[in-house]
Amino acid sequence: MPKQLIKGNDALVKGAVLAGCRAFYGYPITPANEIAEAAAYYIPLAGGTFLQAESEVAAINMVYGAASAGIRAMTASSGPGISLMSEGISYIAGAELPCVVVNVMRGGPGLGNIAPEQSDYFQAVKGGGHGNYRCLVLAPATAQEMCDLTRLAFDLADKYRNPVFILADGYTGQMMEPVDFLTVDAHAQVTPEWAVDGTAETRKNLITSLYIHPDELEAHVRKLEAKYKRASEVETRWENYRTEDADVVFLGYGVVARILKSVVEMLRGRGIRAGLLRPITLFPFPSGEIRRLAKQAALFYVVEMSTGQMVEDVRLAVEGARPVEFYSRVGGNVPSAEEIFEKVLKTMEARAANSVEEVLSHA
Amino acid sequence: MPEMKQTHGKAQCFYDTYERKGELTHQTHYCPGCGHGISMKLLAEAIDELGIRDRVILVSPVGCSVFLYYYFDVGNVQVAHGRAPAVATGLKRARPDSIVISYQGDGDLAAIGSSEILHAANRGELITCLFANNAIYGMTGGQMAPTTLLGRKTTTTPFGRDKIKDGYPLHVSEVLSSLEAPVFVERVALGSTKQILAAKRAIRKAVETQVKGLGFSLVEILSPCPTIWKQDPVEAQKFVRETMAEVYPVSNKCDRTATAEPHPAPAPAPDLDELPRILKLPAAAPAGTAPRALREDLDCRIKIAGFGGQGVLLLGQLLAEAGMDDGLEVSWLPSYGPEMRSGTSNCHVRLASKPVDSPLVTKSSVLIALNEPSLDKFLEEVEPGGLVLYNGDEIPEDARRQDVTMRALPFFEIADEVGTAKAGNIVVLGALLEALPLLPAEIVDRAMARVVKGEKWLEIDRKAMERGRQAMNAVVSAVVSAVVSAVVSKEAHCHA
Ligand SMILES: Cc1ncc(C[n+]2csc(CCOP(=O)(O)OP(=O)(O)O)c2C)c(N)n1
Ligand code: SF4
Repeated sequence: MPKQLIKGNDALVKGAVLAGCRAFYGYPITPANEIAEAAAYYIPLAGGTFLQAESEVAAINMVYGAASAGIRAMTASSGPGISLMSEGISYIAGAELPCVVVNVMRGGPGLGNIAPEQSDYFQAVKGGGHGNYRCLVLAPATAQEMCDLTRLAFDLADKYRNPVFILADGYTGQMMEPVDFLTVDAHAQVTPEWAVDGTAETRKNLITSLYIHPDELEAHVRKLEAKYKRASEVETRWENYRTEDADVVFLGYGVVARILKSVVEMLRGRGIRAGLLRPITLFPFPSGEIRRLAKQAALFYVVEMSTGQMVEDVRLAVEGARPVEFYSRVGGNVPSAEEIFEKVLKTMEARAANSVEEVLSHA
Repeated sequence: MPEMKQTHGKAQCFYDTYERKGELTHQTHYCPGCGHGISMKLLAEAIDELGIRDRVILVSPVGCSVFLYYYFDVGNVQVAHGRAPAVATGLKRARPDSIVISYQGDGDLAAIGSSEILHAANRGELITCLFANNAIYGMTGGQMAPTTLLGRKTTTTPFGRDKIKDGYPLHVSEVLSSLEAPVFVERVALGSTKQILAAKRAIRKAVETQVKGLGFSLVEILSPCPTIWKQDPVEAQKFVRETMAEVYPVSNKCDRTATAEPHPAPAPAPDLDELPRILKLPAAAPAGTAPRALREDLDCRIKIAGFGGQGVLLLGQLLAEAGMDDGLEVSWLPSYGPEMRSGTSNCHVRLASKPVDSPLVTKSSVLIALNEPSLDKFLEEVEPGGLVLYNGDEIPEDARRQDVTMRALPFFEIADEVGTAKAGNIVVLGALLEALPLLPAEIVDRAMARVVKGEKWLEIDRKAMERGRQAMNAVVSAVVSAVVSAVVSKEAHCHA
């Protein structure tokens, strides 16, 4: 297949169109603007709707409307906008509607800045809005994945009738890489039988997140819970990079995972057996794979552009069986491979010295 | 309502029994004398009369009318507080043949949802909004609404609504009818049988406005809430008729139905097999040349930096495009985030025989510095044995390294000679490829033909490319082999 050198953000939009997305509602925010701008161009040409809403609050509710009508719909924003969308995302999850929400993460809290961070992990993975719901969260690391995971996101959203996040960073959106688009056929739209599309066939349908009686709401919440459990069993995705014999296992997602691959190579050049476990789904989280690797690896090393969000899930998975080290940069600073490499060497030296001391103190 | 005895039986688009309600399935959940029950009935009759039941999507708000879907045998969507016009927008645009009707209270529409209704109206969305103004928050137990009359006591204005502290009653219909897009806006009241009959006509006309595709319509309905007002249904009707209507004049606010043009029908969606063309996907695979011996272990990390406007990004893109065509693994990353200061621009390009790990270049094998600040900033990160190209007559004395090959050429002056300094970045490309035969000339030319827009520019760029090659050739040939070996070795980057 011919490849196209393309920015991650553009690849994402083309992937969305191929996935059958025919509605994009958004509100400008850096660094997600290019997604809306590409959508404004391509989605109408493909016969869909692009609309710049008056706010993120409105945008996500327009997505709610489009999804209720049974068409594939999405929005894209960054931290401050996603915060505003949280209400709508909770309603979408509660009403069991499919949609795709892209967060090109920037620095926070508050206005923060427009440089890349990974500080919205909790917001995407743990909730953000109110109530017992989860979003499926996909973390692309290449321009190809910006396309492929967006297509997957629409399929998962339909399969689970649930919002799916693409949690991206500015680098993955800005960089150009060759992308192969036609690995699967374009998605042909079929109106789901639960939709409300203004026809006799769907007249009896109701979209709601309101269950006024406690027993009904409990049953509904249990149903959602079971859905998330099912997704955890079958939808977890990750990439193993040189972990087969790794003593040190790195964990990172998005652009950080790319940098960590360099670090793995540098360490291997020093004779240290390093590997990388790159979560592709952040919810569900590859806890099982981490536990498996904990049997073999001596050390886990998590790197994030946050003060420590995903690392909590790694620690939960490792359950204290192995040490989990953490290194981070925030504020829009991206750790360089050389910087991480130096840190890791220091950490390993310190650990080695400690364990010698420990042995001596026990003697 | 005593005077609202049903004489014609139930509207067809109501369910016979309200099963979704669960209990007391023959009656509504509204208090006796509540305006919502009447408005609902008027809407149902309009739907029946227009024969549109199958096409209707009814959007229920948060408020006492939250359960419209208990009663209406139409497509139903329940939504968040205040967001009905946004959801209705998404529904209508997804299904242009449907008839989308939203129903909202005054807290819902005029307070929390004021932005959504204003913008839906201003866009002229093809939806119909029914706005029940009872001057109070009913569902939450009687708090002030933006429409509460001055002086009125509510649970949150225990001393009466004060214009200084709480502001004035909000006149939604007047505000919306001041916009250009709305086609039909009318305020009606449920204060008497006569008023109710007028309300019925207005609601029907509002829905018809949508059926005819004319544009946005809204009916504001002054509506009794006997329970919160602590009045009996008759007193409440009187209050609507005499007190509310004085503050909120009952009349048509805008009617452009006679002159409005129907919105054009949306164009049919293209076939799926049109998508590759629409998305500008590449038609045929460019024939990559077989990997050459030189590149078996190629790992070239290029940093290009200069002023904005020098074509830094395009130069990087051309390298990546040609690399891709040549069968290499490539990545291109523009300056982004904190490095992005006004006036400067840089990009990171990787060309490699193995998949690219990090797209960030923090140790470069080639630095192209198009101005002095860039040279100062990035010289240190060049790998020993690497190559530095600098835009100038000579390398500044305080920026010289012995362990890298450094060449200075006035790229933009050279470009001037072929017609425009703008082609300076292409002169650089020619010079680079002469110093370092990374990519075959014909592949680079093809990439350039694809990326550069317009024949005129392509001609200029081809000349610029050639001049770059010549200029470099004159100064460099001896160093090429040394540089090549440093650049292609992957091992060189594994030592920090
Ligand atoms: C975001 C949010 N804030 C507050 C509420 C609580 N709430 C429910 S109904 C309502 C006011 C309803 O008043 P109105 O729109 O006038 O309708 P009525 O009940 O009078 O018909 C409020 C504030 C809510 N559901 N959601
Ligand atoms: S509280 Fe008021 S608005 Fe609500 S149902 Fe009762 S009368 Fe109607």
